[in-house]
Amino acid sequence: MSAVLDTMPQTSEVSPGLWRLAGRRLLKDRVGMVSAVVVLFFLLIIIASAFGWVAADWGREVGVSYANPSFIAGQENLEAQTMNAAKKKDDVPLTDLSAVDPLAPWYAEWEARTKRIEVTQVERAETLPFGGDKWGRDIVKKTIKGAQSSIVVGLVAAFAAAFLGTLFGALAGYFGGWIGDFFEWFYNVFTSIPYILLVLAFAAVFASSPFLAQFRGVPMVILILGVTGWTGIYRLVRAEYMKHRSREYVRAAEAIGASHGRRMFIQILPNVSHVVLVQLSQHAVGFIKAEVILSFLGFGVPIDSVSWGTMLAEAQNELIIGKWWQLAAAGASMAVLVTAFSMFTDALRDALDPKLK
Amino acid sequence: MSNTLSTGAANSARAVGSEKSPLLEVENLRVSFRIDKHTTFEAVKGISLAIPVNSTVALVGESGSGKSVSAMAILGLLPEESAIVSPDSAIRYRGRDLLKESADALRQVRGKEISVIFQEPMTSLNPVFSVGYQIIEILRLHMNMNGAAARRRAIELLTEVGIPNPELRIDAYPHELSGGQQQRVMIAMAIACEPKLLIADEPTTALDVTIQKQILDLIAALQKKHHMSVLFITHDLGVVGEIADDVVVMRNGEIREQGTVAQIFGSPSDAYTKALLACRPRLDRRPMRLPVIDDFMNGAAPTEFKERPRGLTPNDEIILEVKELGKTFYAREGLFGKRAIPAVKSVSFKLAKGKTLGIVGESGSGKTTVGLTVMRLHAATSGEVLFDGKDLLALSPGEFMRYKRRIQIVFQNPYASLNPRFTVGNILIEPMEIHAIGNSSAERTKLAAELLDKVGLPRTAMHKYPHEFSGGQRQRIAIARCLTMKPDVLICDESVSALDVSVQAQVLNLLQDLQDEYKMSYLFISHDLTVVKYMSDQVMVMNNGEVVEFADADEIYLNPKQAYTQKLLASVPQGFAAHQSA
Repeated sequence: MSAVLDTMPQTSEVSPGLWRLAGRRLLKDRVGMVSAVVVLFFLLIIIASAFGWVAADWGREVGVSYANPSFIAGQENLEAQTMNAAKKKDDVPLTDLSAVDPLAPWYAEWEARTKRIEVTQVERAETLPFGGDKWGRDIVKKTIKGAQSSIVVGLVAAFAAAFLGTLFGALAGYFGGWIGDFFEWFYNVFTSIPYILLVLAFAAVFASSPFLAQFRGVPMVILILGVTGWTGIYRLVRAEYMKHRSREYVRAAEAIGASHGRRMFIQILPNVSHVVLVQLSQHAVGFIKAEVILSFLGFGVPIDSVSWGTMLAEAQNELIIGKWWQLAAAGASMAVLVTAFSMFTDALRDALDPKLK
Repeated sequence: MSNTLSTGAANSARAVGSEKSPLLEVENLRVSFRIDKHTTFEAVKGISLAIPVNSTVALVGESGSGKSVSAMAILGLLPEESAIVSPDSAIRYRGRDLLKESADALRQVRGKEISVIFQEPMTSLNPVFSVGYQIIEILRLHMNMNGAAARRRAIELLTEVGIPNPELRIDAYPHELSGGQQQRVMIAMAIACEPKLLIADEPTTALDVTIQKQILDLIAALQKKHHMSVLFITHDLGVVGEIADDVVVMRNGEIREQGTVAQIFGSPSDAYTKALLACRPRLDRRPMRLPVIDDFMNGAAPTEFKERPRGLTPNDEIILEVKELGKTFYAREGLFGKRAIPAVKSVSFKLAKGKTLGIVGESGSGKTTVGLTVMRLHAATSGEVLFDGKDLLALSPGEFMRYKRRIQIVFQNPYASLNPRFTVGNILIEPMEIHAIGNSSAERTKLAAELLDKVGLPRTAMHKYPHEFSGGQRQRIAIARCLTMKPDVLICDESVSALDVSVQAQVLNLLQDLQDEYKMSYLFISHDLTVVKYMSDQVMVMNNGEVVEFADADEIYLNPKQAYTQKLLASVPQGFAAHQSA
């Protein structure tokens, strides 16, 4: 007996809990840590923007139309020139009509009163750090504000879809039988409708419902994407549950009297969580992109706010006249976040697996 | 210590080899595996052995002994990216060093002159090709035969390995054959090119005992007929005694002892060999405790064994009575039809308090289904299970919950039956939480720690995960989990079948100690007749879902009444005894 004990790994006296162990492994994973820092950076930005600490004034028209990015200040900006020219046309002095104008006697008084009101002439900047859009809004601030809606939509909708998919998949895969059949039919109905059509149908139905109509804007987008996006996760989770429900450790749990819920969510779920985590990151990415489509079709974020989706939609027209910076800003931030987020979930999955060391 | 040992081994290798000229010589073979950038693990630590022409050499060892790695090294099948073979190792086959040969030259030797049979026939055969196609492919590749000649030869080969109706079976797909027939096809493929050396890597481990007997006889017959040499790799000394001429015993990558089969079985000199021979339960002895490896390694080998009395006495109290238990599974057939597959047909037995009832049978006999149905892990189709005067099968789930903790089960595979995401502490505390045993979590933790002591694990195990333990230790954890509920009946479903012989002895001793202490009743289900004989007071032999014979253990082994029982008992490997009587 003692020989068996001698061969016990003597590395540590006490193994810490699952989460602390996972955290320790995550800290050792260099790629995982870098991507975690990137994701954290984005999260800090959207928190700051949500509280109005940064980019609160994103809507102010601080630059000329399509202001050049400051690093290519010299480039010719035809749009701004034409706009200035149009403004100058308005400044043409009026001809003296005082003889026939019945309001003429009051002009002088009005002039004097106007002088007393202080007017600051907005000096529109010729260049902005990363350029401006059609109305001369700062692209950097716009991207930060856009990140707020896009990331919130992507993450919250992904969590909602993962929740629904996991719940349905667990029920269908674990119980099988008529419960499984029910969810299978439900799933089939969902997937038999083309995706865009399904999304639009939900958008239309939700918009016409008096209760749901109060959630216009970002919450509505999240609702639509969450309700339509669970199908892929459901399918994978269901397969995992079918595989695991007859495993011996689940049998053993049944033998000691564990309830169905306990077996489903305490015994099996941690063993299939990697599937959900990977799907979560992929869906977050997908939903950020889907919000673009929704915004483009007019079901997305409202007209007075901005998202990466609306920026990309605007960028289509701008690209024709050679204004690439809005596209670059939105596209690059999205790519960086999406890559970092999926690498982070990858690292998280590895860290959560006690067998991989 | 390892130095003296390996030189000793090298000497005896020469001694064995000198009697007949060697076909294959392994010299100072060292194989390491890269674990990560900086660490390597030495799996084979400088072994030397010789395989003479026209004889069978058995390589015996438990898991982790390096026996399969050695065989893969001979075949040149080690994974190149992780395995490192030491440069001063040599594997000489008829004067050529196989380790220095090119990959092309090796491929010529492999399959044609050296061929191999693996453990799992189902996974070694390609399921999408007919068995005939797979044999013919080898003949065309290595023997340059054309289609018609190859087919004729393939039918000959199938006849030779004892496949009935070979003209028809040649076009069968692997799934249409039984496990034993699949292994016969594997053997046919291995001998197709008339190899000089056949390497058989645990070829009978996955098979039932009666089939194992047939395959062993077949390999022995083919060896004699074709004048081949066979390297027979196994963990089972019983098998070795029947088939081998020379025996090499390995442990932890080193050769502990090698010699002729008579030397090894008659007068083993190494403590480990002695231990291996002693720790396996035998049909003719039943010591109070099984000796374990440590007894021998510490030089404290028990010399006298007190026999344990077994059997039922008339005043034993009956704790569990099963009446006419039946279980039928249904397979879907056609569009709406279903076909009944009766797994258990009208099984009745009584289990006495503090006694063990052994259920023995081959795969598909329904023995596991009986165990699972008794504790309602399967819903029974018919019958009654009387426990405490109540029919467990008729209780509602809520009522049954109170009885659930009193009948517990230890599963076969200790790697699968523990949740990999739970710490040992979680695993032990969970059933106590479910059944409200212990008042506080501190009390439950204390109980769990005491149980770890009881099953022989250190208390530090509490915070570790199952994968940090060996198979035997995991089975101890599984047993401890059952003990948390203080069950009256423990069902051991092939609980020691997946374990090495030495570990098996330890777990059997543990189970016996626990029975002596807690007076639990065991329903001991196994395919291994020797283990069942050792553990049981009564034995029930099952075949095709029916009880063939039911009697006291000694009675059934001494005077088997039914033909099936007699056949089963005759198939048990007798070790070297069979050699001597033959």
